Amino acid sequence: MNRSEKSLHGLGAEFPTAASLLHAAKKVQALGFRRWDVYSPFPVHGMDHAMGFKRSRVSLFSLIGGFIGLGTAFALIYYTSALNYPLITQGKPYFALEPSLPIFFELTILLTAFGTVLGLLLLTLLPRFHHPVFNWDRFQRVTDDGFFIVLEAADPQFSNEASRQVLQEIGGTHISEIFQDPEINPHPARPTTEVVS
Amino acid sequence: MRADNSSAQAAFAHASDYLERRPLVANRRPLSWITEHVCRIVEQPAPMWWWILTIFFGAMASLTPVMLTYLVSTGVGVWGLNVPVCWAWDITNFVFWIGIGHAGTLISAILFLTRQNWRTSINRSAEAMTIFAVICAGIFPAFHVGRVWMAWFLAPVPNANAIWQNFRSPLLWDVFAVSTYFTVSLIFWYLGLIPDLASLRDRAKTRFRQMAYGLLAMGWRGSNRHWTHYEKAYLILAGISTPLVLSVHSVVSFDFATSIVPGWHTTIFPPYFVAGAIFGGFAMVLTLLIPFREIYGLHDLVTDKHIDNMCKIILLTGSLVGYAYAMEFFIAWYSGNPFEIYAFTNRAFGPYWWAYWAMITCNVAAPQLFWFKYCRQNPWVVLAIVMFPNTGMWFERFVIIVTSIHRDFLPSSWGYFSPTWVDITLFIGTIGLFVFLFLLFVRFLPMINMFEVKNITPEADPHTPDSHSEQNSAISHPSSTKVHA
Repeated sequence: MNRSEKSLHGLGAEFPTAASLLHAAKKVQALGFRRWDVYSPFPVHGMDHAMGFKRSRVSLFSLIGGFIGLGTAFALIYYTSALNYPLITQGKPYFALEPSLPIFFELTILLTAFGTVLGLLLLTLLPRFHHPVFNWDRFQRVTDDGFFIVLEAADPQFSNEASRQVLQEIGGTHISEIFQDPEINPHPARPTTEVVS
Repeated sequence: MRADNSSAQAAFAHASDYLERRPLVANRRPLSWITEHVCRIVEQPAPMWWWILTIFFGAMASLTPVMLTYLVSTGVGVWGLNVPVCWAWDITNFVFWIGIGHAGTLISAILFLTRQNWRTSINRSAEAMTIFAVICAGIFPAFHVGRVWMAWFLAPVPNANAIWQNFRSPLLWDVFAVSTYFTVSLIFWYLGLIPDLASLRDRAKTRFRQMAYGLLAMGWRGSNRHWTHYEKAYLILAGISTPLVLSVHSVVSFDFATSIVPGWHTTIFPPYFVAGAIFGGFAMVLTLLIPFREIYGLHDLVTDKHIDNMCKIILLTGSLVGYAYAMEFFIAWYSGNPFEIYAFTNRAFGPYWWAYWAMITCNVAAPQLFWFKYCRQNPWVVLAIVMFPNTGMWFERFVIIVTSIHRDFLPSSWGYFSPTWVDITLFIGTIGLFVFLFLLFVRFLPMINMFEVKNITPEADPHTPDSHSEQNSAISHPSSTKVHA
């Protein structure tokens, strides 16, 4: 096993449209690949289903954040107004639900937002400034109008030749090896033949 | 029977010609066109007009710190506040700026939940406007406390007096509401920016730009394993921002409504304030967008349809506000309370009659012009008309605040408020700050939400039959020179 094989991240292929990307992704999923990903400039409708994702768990983090917010608000108001320094103002009760509601609401919202962002960052493992796919020169177009599928070498089904075949059959063009080591220049392994779909 | 059928078909075909939806991105622009036209605003060298305007408004913005320094070093008396009018321009400006922010959150959150796809072209700049407006708003109450170096007493931090905040006071609710609103708006805005910052990173020509936008984009790579969580997070933030935006102005209105001052003590305040905020906010969105759309040639993204929709919202909310004005008078009369009745007759016919009628003209009368299609379709007419709500909403807050307290229960303590030059200059300073921040935003960040606009183009929909070769009749402008394949 030479150096370049060791640092192979996977095989990438480009697709012309969102529709062709979705069809290709369905086929890859049907073939039973596990370590692979789809890259697009915007979320493609139906892609989550095509890739077999379950519901995102971000909402769980939001819910926990919301409960922490509500609890914090209650503890803050009750401790400061009724326990630590009860002070009569305008003859109002030390603690009552009605005047507390705005603060309950605001802190619930605030910590739900924090929980959501935290959940997003944890689930996506971002920020992450380096990733092997960035070593592929064509990949820059992913934030413009490029649609890509990358089959990772870590997948048990992956083999350089067979996987290349798969990508070609599902309509991928510019099929290239992507290396983890940015020093190895990415190169189209074969002369790029434009597959007109 | 067969003849009937075919004539019905013909009629249907005719009707579908009529009812064809206007595309949200005009002229069938391909995806790369959208990236190019939005990014080049940021990438090209700054045009001369940008420098002139930025220097001008930057100088105007610097009046804010100058006036605040003068205020703090001299004393809060340099504002025209005195008994009985202890809330005047400062609180007027605070409510005015907070209200402007609301259109941004409405566009980004409520129109998102209701699947109004036309929001995508305008939400980014509207959200930026929200954040800058809230920054301007926050200045006023912070300095209104008088001893600004003690403003930290508003935060629940243990202090030497061992006394805590009064959580039963609406003024403290306001602190929580406004700071939460600012924080959540900022998070929402930044989250929406991430994929577009990645676009700028990938197009960067210099190392510095690549690093700066790369850091901000957090290594976004458009992976669908990320999009699935991203979309969920965006939906949740939209979901929580919706009650938040409605609550913020409600809480602001509690500052008045929970008091016993005639003219303030009304239950209609929360919905009335929210409608007014959306009204004034949309007017400000149009004020900012129409010139930039012309300058940068964004007619295909911010189409006439977008402007038309916003005009209709202004018409609706303006009419709601007009209804609230009328209802306040009715309830004052219906209550039979002489103080209430006096507060409102004094509002319309007392010493501040000019402010009241300026408000009615700007907020109730002027938007009625949007019933006419001509007025909604000509951007320059729209720009002229929305100047009325912009002014009128400031007058509304001035009328509510000042006319209610300048003549209270005891005629011996009546007074008349006039602003000082410090009041006026500080307000001008915050206008400068607002426009200055917006100019910086347009220069350094993508002012149109590229990935969401791409998402609503016909070619982004994977379910359109053959979305990249033969275009079918769903698209009405096949006139584009370049058809993306």
